[in-house]
Amino acid sequence: MALFQIAEPGLSAAPHQHRLAVGIDLGTTNSLVAAVRSGKATTLPDLDGRHSIPSIIRYTKDQIQSGYEAESYSAQDPQNTIVSVKRFMGRSLNDLQSNNLISAYRFSSSDHGLPLFITEQGEVNPVQVSAEILKPLVARAEATLGGELEGVVITVPAYFDDAQRQGTKDAAALVGVNVLRLLNEPTAAAIAYGLDSGQEGVIAVFDLGGGTFDISVLRLNKGVFEVLATGGDSTLGGDDFDHLLAAQLIAQWQLTDISPTLERQLLIEARRVKEALTDNVLVTASLILATQDVLRFDVTRDAFDALVLPLVKKTINSCRRAMRDAGVGIDDVLETVMVGGSTRVPLVREQVLRFFKKTPLTSIDPDRVVAVGAAIQADILVGNKPDSDLLLLDVIPLSLGIETMGGLVEKVVSRNTTIPIARAQEFTTFKDGQTAMAFHVVQGERELVDNCRSLARFTLQGIPALAAGAAHIRVTFQVDADGLLSVTAMEKSTGVQSSIQVKPSFGLSDVEIGHMLKESMTHAKEDISRRMLAEKQVEAARVLESISAALNKDGDLLSDEVRSQIEASMQSLSQLRSANDADAIEKAIEALDHLTQDFAAKRMDNSIKLALKGQSVDNI
Amino acid sequence: MNYFELFSFSPSFDVDTALLAHRYRDLQKAVHPDKFAHSTEQNKRLAVQRTAQINDGFQTLKNPVSRAEHLLALKGIELSHESTTVKDTPFLMQQMQWRESLEDIRDSAAPDDLIDELNQCFIDYSQSIISRLAILLESDQPQDWHQAADHIRKLKFMVKLQDELSRAEDALFDDE
Repeated sequence: MALFQIAEPGLSAAPHQHRLAVGIDLGTTNSLVAAVRSGKATTLPDLDGRHSIPSIIRYTKDQIQSGYEAESYSAQDPQNTIVSVKRFMGRSLNDLQSNNLISAYRFSSSDHGLPLFITEQGEVNPVQVSAEILKPLVARAEATLGGELEGVVITVPAYFDDAQRQGTKDAAALVGVNVLRLLNEPTAAAIAYGLDSGQEGVIAVFDLGGGTFDISVLRLNKGVFEVLATGGDSTLGGDDFDHLLAAQLIAQWQLTDISPTLERQLLIEARRVKEALTDNVLVTASLILATQDVLRFDVTRDAFDALVLPLVKKTINSCRRAMRDAGVGIDDVLETVMVGGSTRVPLVREQVLRFFKKTPLTSIDPDRVVAVGAAIQADILVGNKPDSDLLLLDVIPLSLGIETMGGLVEKVVSRNTTIPIARAQEFTTFKDGQTAMAFHVVQGERELVDNCRSLARFTLQGIPALAAGAAHIRVTFQVDADGLLSVTAMEKSTGVQSSIQVKPSFGLSDVEIGHMLKESMTHAKEDISRRMLAEKQVEAARVLESISAALNKDGDLLSDEVRSQIEASMQSLSQLRSANDADAIEKAIEALDHLTQDFAAKRMDNSIKLALKGQSVDNI
Repeated sequence: MNYFELFSFSPSFDVDTALLAHRYRDLQKAVHPDKFAHSTEQNKRLAVQRTAQINDGFQTLKNPVSRAEHLLALKGIELSHESTTVKDTPFLMQQMQWRESLEDIRDSAAPDDLIDELNQCFIDYSQSIISRLAILLESDQPQDWHQAADHIRKLKFMVKLQDELSRAEDALFDDE
């Protein structure tokens, strides 16, 4: 049935055309972009042949600088040059103050307690800064690949919580790229290695980056990567090594009255010394003061090791916990994979080797392996490899729960549950005639609400006034494949419902995002509506293509009557598609969606049956 | 939702977990959201829903306690939101004794050994309940099912103990 021809330029790609998609490693220190080209995933270099770009953004009065250009001003203009912004993502100003992260910057706070950097260009939030890091990467990819990207996979630390994930996705929305998936960094690394070697068995991925640490334990089986457990610390990374060494230098040189510039200089020097100690057992730290005096101090590798040992021990403890959660022993581990620049520190390698009793794999550059894995996944998700066996089954890193009486947490979804997942829990009223119930959604492992991260608060109104304990409120948590949570609450007897896409307490509201989106465009209004229309047209084309393929294949599942209803509805969507009314297209898509819901569900269930049949045939 | 049906098993406590894992992977390959990442919103939504069910079903059938509970629910005995308590005095005494041992971990000279020892105790004890449970669940007598429900309640106590043991272990790591 070729009723609908849908290959107008710019709207829909011909079925077998290669779609452009990339993987982006949005790192604390450096960021990279990679793509699959001619069947091989590689990182994309800039015109000077550099693959990674410093995750640094500088705001001057009239421009925004990024990457190497911004980096060169880091010490000179620390307050306007934002480094390691990833550490601020999804955090409140309070969190940051307790983490000793903020001395170089001037801050103000948003209404929700979100930290805002005060720069020469005014206030900017961490999501906006992250968007600026993404921009040149997207531009580089589009220039290299020669076209507009259909989608991106962005990697996040496995241990990122809901607020941090949402922030990352919001940053991509600001740039206007379609996020195919947020992918956990260690899982991305496992893909990069797994496809190379075609192994089967348990793999441990140890990922110590600039600002975050992750450990993931995966099982590989016939192309399926099943994450068994993940753990880590989203506030532990190479930056912390630098901070410790810088503190040591301050003490050694008896520096007082440290200006932001001096502090940034110290951190840059600490990082240089740390990196040099990878290949040397002794490195001299030096610093030129404003007075032109030169300070020197010899740092031995042993002294450095002693300094950072407590932090490295913390990572090993996380490994122990993740192994226990995974239910596997050290002997079951086939390979360990090292990811992240900080795994170059000899003490880290030594401790990991001692714990896992295996020489870690390092054959793929630890700085690039995450982007490479993300590119492989992006290529599959965008639809370039319909026959690929590769499938990722990832988990949620931290338990999700709800506050109950006495400030206690009732867990609804436990950590290391495979996503996507939906779980329901029932609650009841505790006062006679109670007509509303407030919910507080939290994330974390501890028993007390105060020790967990607050994700969102919402209220279910309109509960029928009954005796205490008589109303039954069913709260459903749904976590999607990106690890993002939405929550619905429903009173069972009346069906009164309340739902929220959990917008993190320390994140941005939709209004704020919309506002930022407008700000980021020169001809705001016109551009936004044009973009909205283009998006709807693409979605309409996708819907028409998908349904017409479905009708071809499984049309016999439908009665003639329903089929002709669907076809009529497709016809009208097809006509609307070329008009310029985004709302009308949206409505027509909804109508078609409604009409085809049962059909789509039936097809999905048929594919489930088919999958099981293939299985039972295998077993006979 | 009958999870046995979803995975094409007959409802029984005796499930071939290797076959279950195999079927799980095949189902995931058919409906996982990653297979629909470039498809319509409708298909994406359905994929998330079905995969969530498959994930939940797999977890339920894989774990003997939740599998037994699911089996009883299908027989009309719902344990999930009940307030019935265990009345078996020797069992409760044993629980109290273990709880005291959990508290001793912190001040123990060799906490790792104590953790390992308790862990083994818990596993052995749970295993003995599970073997009795298996027999009761295969019965077609409702009174056996109610007795099975009692065993499941006890197993839930054991799960809580295991959780607390893990927590005690975590606390040790954090102190280091």
